[in-house]
Amino acid sequence: MLINFIEQLINGLRTGSIYALIAIGYTMVYGIAKMINFAHGDIIMVGAYALYFSISVLGLPVPVALLLTVIVCSVLGVLIEKIAYKPLRKAQPLAVLITAIGMSFFLQSSSLLIFGSTPIPFQSVIPNENIKVGPVTISSITLVTLIVTAVAMILLTLFINKTKLGSAMRAVSEDKGAAELMGINVNSTISMTFAIGSALAAVAGILYISQYQSMKPTLGALPGIKAFVAAVLGGIGSIPGAMLGGILLGLIESVSKAYISTELADAIVFGVLIVVLLFRPSGLLGKKKIVKV
Amino acid sequence: MKILNKKTIFNIAIMLLAYVLVFVLINSGILSRQYKSLIVPICVNIMLAVSLNLVTGFLGELSLGHAGFMSIGAYTSALISINTSFLPPALSFFIAVVCGCVLAAVFGFLIGVPVLRLRGDYLAIVTLAFGEIIKSVINYLNFTGGSKGLSKIPLYSDYNNFTVVFIIMVICIVLISNLINSRDGRAIKSIRDNDIAAESIGIKISKYKVSAFVIAAAFAGLAGSLYAHNVGIIKPNIFDYNKSIEILVFVVLGGMGNIPGSIISAIILTVLPEFLRGADNLRMLLYAIVLILMMIFNNSKFKANLSLNKTFRKLGKED
Repeated sequence: MLINFIEQLINGLRTGSIYALIAIGYTMVYGIAKMINFAHGDIIMVGAYALYFSISVLGLPVPVALLLTVIVCSVLGVLIEKIAYKPLRKAQPLAVLITAIGMSFFLQSSSLLIFGSTPIPFQSVIPNENIKVGPVTISSITLVTLIVTAVAMILLTLFINKTKLGSAMRAVSEDKGAAELMGINVNSTISMTFAIGSALAAVAGILYISQYQSMKPTLGALPGIKAFVAAVLGGIGSIPGAMLGGILLGLIESVSKAYISTELADAIVFGVLIVVLLFRPSGLLGKKKIVKV
Repeated sequence: MKILNKKTIFNIAIMLLAYVLVFVLINSGILSRQYKSLIVPICVNIMLAVSLNLVTGFLGELSLGHAGFMSIGAYTSALISINTSFLPPALSFFIAVVCGCVLAAVFGFLIGVPVLRLRGDYLAIVTLAFGEIIKSVINYLNFTGGSKGLSKIPLYSDYNNFTVVFIIMVICIVLISNLINSRDGRAIKSIRDNDIAAESIGIKISKYKVSAFVIAAAFAGLAGSLYAHNVGIIKPNIFDYNKSIEILVFVVLGGMGNIPGSIISAIILTVLPEFLRGADNLRMLLYAIVLILMMIFNNSKFKANLSLNKTFRKLGKED
């Protein structure tokens, strides 16, 4: 009973850390561009297909393929921003949101046209073995996921807090105009944010596909939406919030899947979102915004 | 007053013309079965587009859960008409449609409450979450048939009963466009343009926001019940996120805050995929491109210059 519960928690931690990786992308983009990048979830899907394409079709060795996947996603993220979001930087939020939804649909339907709707099976790039820690069994994929996520988060935190580019990012998200006056190139900072966010989404995509081993064009939609829920839960705009929100969401999902109902798990996850927003609209770690008239 | 009368007569003439045209088309056998079966979906989509336009175009809040309300209307009415088959069809259908509409309105109220605390992006995501919750609860429950859905729903609103569907659609359009042109409608539009200014001149924001959501949900439920009694089989997956986006595309293409626009784009985008048969994937791609290009075009300098041009100003947004 207890062992089962611990295993569920570890499962939740694994899903949660994937959500956290995606949620960081949402939160960074929201902090800097004040928009929800709906297409972010579909970057995961592009990452999964890019990995499949470079290993199964091009026959590249795994490390090269992994690197290529991350590069493809980063470039795609930057391109999306340049083509679809940049012309709307001064537009009303509704217009930007609709464009982002359009972009998400565009990515999904393009990959549907290219790869078809039948799920493609794909062998995990991480060797799958079960590791026993006392009575608890952990799969190697889970272990790798947890380690990779932890490393990515530590590197990101260091990058944002210790480097010049990181402080430029924080400055732009604080006040775009003032940052520009201080000589920060706002456009390239925004591009960099999209690149980092998409690279993290690519990593999430690789981990996700190693776990589920089957891909279809809509695979990014649900984790994307859930990661967004995680970002909102933690307080959108706050990076530690996204990490916390992602892991909490993963735990909630895995526990409700195990003990309540598989079908209702999604409903519970979204229910949590609504409740959190009603009682704490700025999320768990978010800052309260005061609107001046 | 005189101009208003002229406009009303013009609108009535268009509606009668549309009705006669479709009636002749159905009964003269010009249309093939395939095209006849498109007529009710067109009406349903028009209702969905017009009601979403009330929330998105006039109130200025993005709702991504419109298909959820539609599914509530569809399931409620289908369950009622399946279980009241002992009643005369007209009565059974009437009860079913009214209940579908009312229950959808109740859920519209439930989602209208979070609306008061949230705005913009957060609200959009809550409506999305709401739609997903409805879908997975319907999937989970037993009496809704789970993922297999409901079948053998009596076909009370297929193209043979086109007149009923048409009348309901006209009522829906007339009610919403009259609402928009009334005092309450102006209040709703003022919230969209500047909610703080609207509140400072004494407009009750909460009241108008909730009522806009409730009305839109009620009409979506109505559209859903007509949909259910047209196709005969409903499944939870029909009313997913993609359906909500499809309705949003109708509204965006037709022009946010423009009811004739919504009607026209709903007609075009329902008929067009029939010509693109076998290329269903292309349809989604088309929707995506429409959304992105419309938004970029709306905010471009080209559009701004165009709306300054005298000839185009007349054709521009009606409000």
